[in-house]
Amino acid sequence: MTTREHDASVYEEVQESSEFQDLKRRFRRWTFPMTVAFLVWYLLYVVLSGWARDFMGIKLVGNLNVALLFGLLQFVSTFWIAWAYARHAEKKLDPIADKLRHEVEEKTQ
Amino acid sequence: MNSELLATVLFLAFVALTLVITFRASRQNKTAADFYAGGRSFSGAQNGLAIGGDYMSAASFLGIAGIIALSGYDGFLYSIGFLVAWLVALLLVAELMRNSGKFTMADVLAFRMSPRPVRTAAGVSTITVSIFYLLAQMVGAGALVGLLLGVTSPAGKAWTIVGVGALMIVYVVFGGMKGTTWVQIVKAVLLMGGAALITVLVLAHYGFNLSSLLGEAASQSGKGDNFLIPGLKYGTEAQGLAGKIDLISLGLALVLGTAGLPHILIRFYTVPTAKDARKSVLWGIGIIGTFYLLTLVLGFGAAALVGSKAIAAADAAGNTAAPLLAKAIGETFLGDVGGTILLALIGAVAFATILAVVAGLTLASSSSFAHDLYAHVFKRGTATEREEVLVARVSAFVIGAVSIGLGILAQGQNVAFLVALAFAVAASGNLPAILYSLFWKRFNTAGAVSAIYGGLVSALVLVIFSPVVSGGPTSLFKTADFAWFPLSNPGIISIPLGFLCGWLGTVLSKEYNAAKYAEIEVRSLTGVGAEQATKH
Repeated sequence: MTTREHDASVYEEVQESSEFQDLKRRFRRWTFPMTVAFLVWYLLYVVLSGWARDFMGIKLVGNLNVALLFGLLQFVSTFWIAWAYARHAEKKLDPIADKLRHEVEEKTQ
Repeated sequence: MNSELLATVLFLAFVALTLVITFRASRQNKTAADFYAGGRSFSGAQNGLAIGGDYMSAASFLGIAGIIALSGYDGFLYSIGFLVAWLVALLLVAELMRNSGKFTMADVLAFRMSPRPVRTAAGVSTITVSIFYLLAQMVGAGALVGLLLGVTSPAGKAWTIVGVGALMIVYVVFGGMKGTTWVQIVKAVLLMGGAALITVLVLAHYGFNLSSLLGEAASQSGKGDNFLIPGLKYGTEAQGLAGKIDLISLGLALVLGTAGLPHILIRFYTVPTAKDARKSVLWGIGIIGTFYLLTLVLGFGAAALVGSKAIAAADAAGNTAAPLLAKAIGETFLGDVGGTILLALIGAVAFATILAVVAGLTLASSSSFAHDLYAHVFKRGTATEREEVLVARVSAFVIGAVSIGLGILAQGQNVAFLVALAFAVAASGNLPAILYSLFWKRFNTAGAVSAIYGGLVSALVLVIFSPVVSGGPTSLFKTADFAWFPLSNPGIISIPLGFLCGWLGTVLSKEYNAAKYAEIEVRSLTGVGAEQATKH
């Protein structure tokens, strides 16, 4: 067992390393803008539902109107973002995270 | 054989199956990690199904189908908020929480802050949110039994609530997280299967032509094309600007509440690694998304085949739209026998749904009571694992008993607002604290405590003085009027207020621990030192 002070200094060392900073950047640069994007896209849908009902009522094919299409697109975008995040995490985040984890575990044991 | 009897038989089969699972699980409940987190040994797919089981409450199954059947498109708005919300959980919360926490939401906060005040705050908000949610489900169970099994006497409903409560206590006390998770999985499979079957039959009836289903629904509803656009229930033209702002407020609470719901957050601890937590949310999104697409067909199908008038006559809130549709579509294809069988099937599935959700909520609140309040606040971390698990079991019993009592007292009240309130409190009290804690270096004890209490209190106060509690025809107290807040959902004010309180509390306090932040940041992103799965 190591002391907490020792652990803490290991963590600070890792936190400052360029590899960890790279991991953090890759994580935040993808998830933060994407969060803003899907929230804006969702709120646009809610606002249009409140204020643009004539537009939402335009019929596209048969009885399928803009409101329904817009709603279904929210499903499509949610499924797509979930899939894209999983791909991003597997390719760009997991390898660095795994490598750093092994390094820290060696140092702290 | 009538459908009441068949529904009872099917439901008892579900109860028997889940009890067997629970007692098998109870033999493996040895450590705290077993009881609180199911030994962290579930796979991503299993936990994804359980997430669906925890999330698809009777409110979303019967409630959303009912809103669509009566008010058309507006029910779909609910589904979309509930679904998009999972992206917040996936992108920002699930993996980082799995890596840095242990059993409860408070673990993440207590990691780098003064543990007693933040655990107290997080424990209070967890138990508050869970009890609101529980109460709504309990009252729903009482209402449902009246409609499905023909039990209409207050005593009969009260006994139903006692029965549901007793089963839920058994699942949690004996099964712990492992038993409860299996109950969720069984329920999710049954619910998806039942909903898919009815959906396929409805679509087949309309030659798999969605447009003709929509057309028929619109004409049967008597509202014409307005049935297919937003605005019949939320933000109607008659409600004016306040109604439309209320719509935005509801939308915000739905989309930001999920990632702060305690019974959802503890699901991320039941898998071995953060990658499995990610996988379980992906599975969850797939299952929940598919389910909401099914409810869209169920809702419009009920409007088209049963008719809005008949649905409203059976239950003013439309909660029996899905069972009535099951009966109607069964009769269309297989005559009276088909109608009886499908009605019984959906009735049994609806009960299984309520039972599973209340078990998940009881587990979340008793875990938080035992792990946060008892072990870390009262005993200052000196409690043994055995003591902690014993306290968790006792508190599950007590919380279960309390919610049975409250459920009986609140019978017949309009408690639908409790679920929306639970989402608003989760979004205003819990989410700001979680996000700041994971991403903001400067965040500290004063910030966490102010974020939680600020969000919790402002959401509660605004609801108490809103039209849902007093002053309106559908209010809890119809004769009194002390409503000065015009919106039914407090989210648009209380969520920003929660974030603001968290920020203000942080900058007004000098406390700041760089070393601890380094540790949680490294741990949350890399998984160093994350809790391991237990082996049996």
